Formats: sequence, C-alpha cells, structure tokens
Amino acid sequence: MNFELTSERQMLQDTLRRYLGDRYTTEVRNRIIESDAGMSAEIWRELADLGIVAALFTEDQGGFGGLGFDIVTVFEELGRAGVVEPFLDTAVLAGGLVADLGSEAQRAVLERVVGGEAQLAWAHGEPTSRYDLSHVETTARSLDGGIELNGRKSVVVNAEAAEALVVTARESGEPDDPEGLSLFLVPGGTPGLSLRGYPLMGGARAAEVTLETVHVPEAARLGPAGDVYSAIERRVAMANVALSAEALGAMETAKALTVAYLGTRKQFGRPIGTFQALQHRMADLMIELEQARSAVILAAGHMADERCSRERHVSAAKNLIGRVGRLVAEESIQMHGGIAMSQEYELAHIAKRIVMLDHRLGDTDHHMERFIAFSHV
Amino acid sequence: MDLSDTPEELAFREEVRAFLSAHLPARLSDRVRAGKSLSKEDHEAWHAMLNTKGWLAGSWPKEYGGAGWNAVERHIFEEECALAYAPRILPFGLAMLGPVLQAFGSPAQKDYWLPRILSGADWWCQGYSEPGAGSDLASLKTRAVRDGDHYLVNGQKTWTTLGQHANMIFCLVRTDPAAKAQEGISFLLIDMTAPGVEVRPILLLDGTAEVNEVWFTDVRVPVENLVGEENKGWTYAKYLLTHERTNIAGVGFSIAGLERLKHIARIERSGGRPLIENPHFAARLAKVEIDLMAMATTNLRVISRAAEGQAPGVESSMLKVKGTVIRQEINDLTRRAVGPYAMPFVSEALEGANEPPVGPDYAGPVAAQYFNNRKLSIYGGSNEVQRQIIAKTLLEL
Ligand SMILES: Cc1cc2nc3c(=O)[nH]c(=O)nc-3n(C[C@H](O)[C@H](O)[C@H](O)COP(=O)(O)OP(=O)(O)OC[C@H]3O[C@@H](n4cnc5c(N)ncnc54)[C@H](O)[C@@H]3O)c2cc1C
Ligand SMILES: Cc1cc2nc3c(=O)[nH]c(=O)nc-3n(C[C@H](O)[C@H](O)[C@H](O)COP(=O)(O)OP(=O)(O)OC[C@H]3O[C@@H](n4cnc5c(N)ncnc54)[C@H](O)[C@@H]3O)c2cc1C
Repeated sequence: MNFELTSERQMLQDTLRRYLGDRYTTEVRNRIIESDAGMSAEIWRELADLGIVAALFTEDQGGFGGLGFDIVTVFEELGRAGVVEPFLDTAVLAGGLVADLGSEAQRAVLERVVGGEAQLAWAHGEPTSRYDLSHVETTARSLDGGIELNGRKSVVVNAEAAEALVVTARESGEPDDPEGLSLFLVPGGTPGLSLRGYPLMGGARAAEVTLETVHVPEAARLGPAGDVYSAIERRVAMANVALSAEALGAMETAKALTVAYLGTRKQFGRPIGTFQALQHRMADLMIELEQARSAVILAAGHMADERCSRERHVSAAKNLIGRVGRLVAEESIQMHGGIAMSQEYELAHIAKRIVMLDHRLGDTDHHMERFIAFSHV
Repeated sequence: MDLSDTPEELAFREEVRAFLSAHLPARLSDRVRAGKSLSKEDHEAWHAMLNTKGWLAGSWPKEYGGAGWNAVERHIFEEECALAYAPRILPFGLAMLGPVLQAFGSPAQKDYWLPRILSGADWWCQGYSEPGAGSDLASLKTRAVRDGDHYLVNGQKTWTTLGQHANMIFCLVRTDPAAKAQEGISFLLIDMTAPGVEVRPILLLDGTAEVNEVWFTDVRVPVENLVGEENKGWTYAKYLLTHERTNIAGVGFSIAGLERLKHIARIERSGGRPLIENPHFAARLAKVEIDLMAMATTNLRVISRAAEGQAPGVESSMLKVKGTVIRQEINDLTRRAVGPYAMPFVSEALEGANEPPVGPDYAGPVAAQYFNNRKLSIYGGSNEVQRQIIAKTLLEL
C-alpha cells in the first residue's frame, strides 16, 4: 500500500499549483468568465506548454500520463483554482475517444491537441436523454459512400471553440439501446451543423447543436460501426473521475477560504470561528472532505478494472462527491454570511462550480442508481 | 380543534381568489412563475392595484389606510397571492417602516410618510447592515452628528436590497459613540437624492444586481427625520425586526415552489419514465412535502395564537429556520430535476425577444434561484442567530 504520488506526478502537481496560484487569480478568472469566449486562449496555451494536456494521454497516444492518477492529479489542481478552460471536453472526452478509437489519420489531430493548438468537443447528450448514456436519437445513415447525420445535441460544452465535434449517432436499434451507436468526427463549419452558444453558470460555454442533413465521408467514422458504447462508457468513467477530482480541488479551496474567513471576520468582538455553532460544522466539513478525497483515490485506482468494478467505484465517487459537494458549497456560503453572495468574492465562483459539476455526466441520484445496479450483477 | 377555515375565513379566501383572478395581470404572474426578475415599474404597478383595492397594507390599522386584517386573514391573503404567483409585496415601506412610524413616529411624520408609502410616492430601502456590522448589528458605525437643525451623516451601509430603485432609506445611525453599543443608536429617515449619497450595485453570484452599497459623505438630514427619540433607535429596530419576521416561514412560496417542482418532474423523464415516478426522486419530494405540511400547520398554530393577541416570540425564530430550510430544499430539488439544463446561464439581458429558451422553458432560472436563495438563511437574522435565540430561551443559561 502506498498513497504517495510518484515523483513525476508530484512534480506535475507542484508545477500546476504554482502556475495557477500565480497566474489564475480571482480577478483574472472573473475577467475570463465575463469574456465573450468564456476562456483564455493564452492560458490554454501556457498550460499546454506546461504539459497539462500531455498528462491526460498515455505515451502511445502522444502524452506522458493518461492513467487514473494522472487525471486526478491534474483535475484536482484545475478545480482548486476554479479553472474554466475545457480540458475535460477537449482532452478527456473528445480527445480521449479519438485516442482510443481513431485511425492513424484521425489521431493526427492529437498532436495539436497536446500542443494546445486544437480544441475538441463531444456532442453526445440530447434534449431528453438527461444522464442516460445510451439514449441517442440522432441518426446516422449511409448515403452514396458517405454518411448523413440528423439530430439535436444539448449542452455541448466547448462546441464553439472546437475545431471538430465528436458526434454520437445511432445507426441501428431503438433510442435506449447501447448497441447501434457510432461516433463521427465532424469538422466545425460543416454545412448543416448549427450551434447556438451560451455561457454556463459555472463558467465556460456550451451550445445547443443541430445537425440537419450533415454529410461527412465514411472516413469520418471513429471506431467500429454501431459498436462504440463500451468505449464511451470507459471515457465517461474517466471523465467522472476527473470531475470528482475537480470538485475535490474546488472543495479544498472553499474550505481554505472559509477557515481563513472564520479566523478573521469578527462579530460580537471576536472571530466568528470562536462560535462553537460554526466550529462543529467546520469539523464536519473537514471529515466529509477527507471522505471525498478517499472516494476519488478509490475510483482512480479502479479505472483499469473490468467494467463492473470500474463503474461501481466511479459511481460511488460521483455520488459521494455530489453529496459532499453540496454540503461544502452550501455550508461555506452560510458560514461566510452575506459576503459569499457577492460575485466578486472568490468563493462565489468556486461554490457554483462545485454545485454545477453535479449536473455533468450524471448527478448524485443517477450515480446512486448506477452504483446499486452494478452492485447486484 | 378544527383545521378547516371558518365560514368567514373561507369567504375571505374566496374573495381574495376572485380578486386575484380578475386583477393580477398574466404578464406579472408569468414572470413570477418563471422565476424572472421584476422591474421597478412591475412592482409599482402591482402595489398600485392592491392599494386601489385597499389591500396593500394588510396589517396596518384602517385609520392609516390599511386593511386592518388579523394574522389569520393576512396569512390567507399571503398564501393565495403566492399560489397565484403574484409579485411579493415589497416589505421595506409596508412591513418594516410603516409599523415603526405608527408606533413611534410623530403625528407629522405619520401624516406625511404613511400615505406616501401607500401611494408609492416613496420607494424605501432598509439601511441596517454595514460591512462590519452584520449579525452584530449593534456595532454599526455610521455616524450622525447634530449640526443645528440637521444631522450630518457619514458612513456606509451594505447589502441594501433594491436600493437602486429607492429614493428614501431608513437607517440606523450612531448618535452617541460614548454610550453602550445598543444605547447610542438612532433611527433616521434619509433622502437618497440628497448630496453626498452614493449607491453602488453589488453583483450577486447568480448574476443579479438586487443589493447595493450605500455611502454617506456629509449628508445633511433635517432633524424632523429622526423617528422617536435620539439614542432609542435600537428599541425601534427590534420592534421592526419582529415585524420583518412575520410571514418569515414563507409557506405560500414553498407551496407554490413545490407545485412548480411537481409540474417539472412530471415532464422530465428519467430512465424512460416521468421523473416524478423515479423512486429516489419521489422519496426526496415526499420528504420535503411532509416537512412542509407539518411546517404549514406549525405556522397556523403560531398565527392563530397571534390573532388572539399573543406576540410570537421564539416561534418566529423556529419558523424562520424551518421555513428557509424547506424553501432551499425545494430549490435544490428543482435544480436537480432539470438535469443538464440547469447548467446554461442565460441571463435575461441575453435573452432575445424572439429567441426560444435554451432547453425547456422552466429550466432557465432554476440554478440561479437555487444560488440566490442561499440568502434566505443568511438575512433577516441568520439561521445561526435564530438557533442561538431559541437555545437561549430554552436553556435559560
Ligand atoms: C458504553 C460506555 C462505555 C464506556 N467505557 C469507558 C471505559 O471503559 N473507561 C472509561 O474511563 N470511560 C468509559 N466510558 C465513559 C466515557 O468516556 C464518557 O461517557 C465520556 O468521556 C463522556 O463523559 P460523560 O458521560 O461524563 O458526559 P459529559 O462529559 O458530561 O458530556 C455530556 C454531553 O455534553 C457534551 N459536551 C461536553 N463537553 C463539551 C464541550 N466542550 N463542547 C460541546 N459539547 C460538550 C458531550 O459531548 C455530551 O454530549 C464509557 C461510556 C459508555 C457510554
Ligand atoms: C441578498 C441579501 C439581501 C440583504 N438585504 C439587506 C437589506 O436590505 N438591508 C440590510 O440592512 N441588510 C440586508 N442584508 C444583510 C443581512 O441582514 C446580513 O447579511 C446578515 O445580518 C448577516 O450578516 P453578515 O453577512 O455580516 O454575516 P456575519 O454576521 O459576519 O456572519 C457570518 C457567519 O457567522 C455566523 N454567526 C455570526 N454570529 C454568530 C453567533 N453569535 N453564533 C453563531 N454563529 C454566528 C452567521 O450566522 C454567519 O453564518 C442582506 C443580505 C443578503 C445576503
């Protein structure tokens, strides 16, 4: 048993923490959130130069990490600083699917992704799919040697900045069948592809995506026809571990801010941290946060397991993180009082980020059901 | 023991319902139902409609132009308004300042200010909190120094709700810095259009700008704007707070919120079935509904005692804690109910007039509302402070 980070990961963590601490201040971040692009191209490039994107891919994919613990090391730090730049979407989800399933030609884009020159997005969820991975109504049909895509995708994070979308579409079967799903690489600007972009509550941007008789060549197909569900599930598992680690980092910041505030804010002539009513809740928060850390470690350590064990651990983590996340966000705000309601104060964004992470790739309830389902097979 | 409305209460409820269905414009109730913010004009229009009917100041005695309702009638009115998605009646002039003036104001102050509250001639805001004085309100520092027939006011208030619309602010100011904290405070009415008053908006985490900082630099306030006696302001402030805490349970808001949540949960689907049939979701929903049913009854028990003339004491603290916890739980469930569509942040300013909403029309404001209503357990005396009050009464230590 060894709970230490390897020296490489320790270095990665130190580098990232130092860089973000200096560079990604509350002021800078608030400016990024308010900007039209909703992200900073400059910071994206700088982080890529530091090897952050490379750390999310394995060596044979052109990176130097890509395993569960690499992912959690990176995302915990991104979460700690409240980073809104879409590393999850570009690298873990869309980039990951390209890395796992792509042909040599398709994988060419990864070099540019790792170098910070290209961004991607994964267009999977649909207006009525909620968190159901197999619920896909968007259709793909072969037509004169090419493929025609039709459908609607919802809340596609980073769709506008992506040079290509990885689109999930159904080639056969019913809307809820895991079988019959295929993936396609659709370059931005392809005729018939339209985006309606908007900012997100937790920062960054997403879009409603409409595909109306979008034609792509057969070469756009990513992976085997009608048989990509297990690859999707594996990538979503990885992304859920990343989201859990990100929430953990953000919760650490919420805790640190609250501890500092309880020590300095005075009411009734004494620091509010001297009131036992707040002390005990701070203690509970700390206990729960350690639980959250363990859940993240546990899930990261089971990423390479067979499906059932992997999914069970990932859902356990996402469920626990969802519960603890709500507690930490709400309690941090409450114990601060009015100041926490101000957008300018650092906690506001951090708390929103924590709560909104629960709405990505399955919330607390969804993962509780999934945990139960995978516990009884 | 009889839990149903008396025939008189029932008739009154019917009358309120009929009025609302005839007079509440859909333009307003649609916005309230959708969780959208109301403009200054929206609020003023609704106040004016109620005032015409004589129902704007439910609790005020008839001699001051109020409806003279007892606690039960007030409760019925508030509940029916919430269920009809009527705009809330802004409390600052009507529920806060009005009762203070009636109890402690001079005849001239009553004659001048009370009709203006009803007519909407003045828009009032509440200047209690300061950056250094929140829960510990008595530590406030804004200074008022007597200078002939004026006070010279310097200092800062904060978290001033809707101060951007206000032309008048009632303030607690320090008139005797040498006295014990509670004893050197006065209650002053300040014209916000006077030179030296500056209002700066505070952007809240949900993107709204409903609160402000208010700065006073050598603001001259005529002495006739002092309410009651100098240095007795704390007594009036406490009196006001007990009024602020009536309807603190927000039962009507919770009932309306729960209805909206059920509506959403019937439309949303999870695992191919309506979300409302999902066992985990249904269990959460049931739990909050059970809590709400009991709390509504606690509220009625307190109200009927109040109608008999007993002033609510520690009960209002209990209702504040439970009422806000329930409202916040409903907000949380509503945000969960809409799934991934809780994430888009499409502020009203960005909503084009002809653009359809992102996702289902009910989804837009739910995350913002969840975050905004974190305030419920912070303001009006935080829930920690309320628990402290309850414990003190209970333990007598
Ligand atoms: C089944 C059982 C087995 C035990 N076995 C042993 C044993 O083998 N050997 C032995 O030496 N003792 C033993 N104990 C005793 C045990 O350690 C004491 O019960 C314990 O230390 C609490 O003391 P108390 O019962 O006097 O409660 P008190 O100390 O009187 O506490 C009463 C309540 O006040 C709370 N409280 C006290 N101080 C504070 C504070 N500063 N802030 C907030 N809350 C506070 C407590 O948490 C508790 O809820 C046992 C007790 C039990 C119930
Ligand atoms: C949206 C919003 C609107 C508002 N509108 C107005 C308005 O219109 N006019 C106005 O005057 N004010 C307004 N307020 C201010 C509100 O009344 C204060 O925020 C509230 O009194 C708490 O003060 P504070 O924010 O300074 O927190 P603090 O008093 O600093 O409290 C910080 C934390 O410490 C806790 N705490 C403090 N003392 C104790 C204790 N003795 N024991 C245990 N815990 C304690 C609190 O509960 C809180 O959790 C508004 C606030 C908000 C958020």
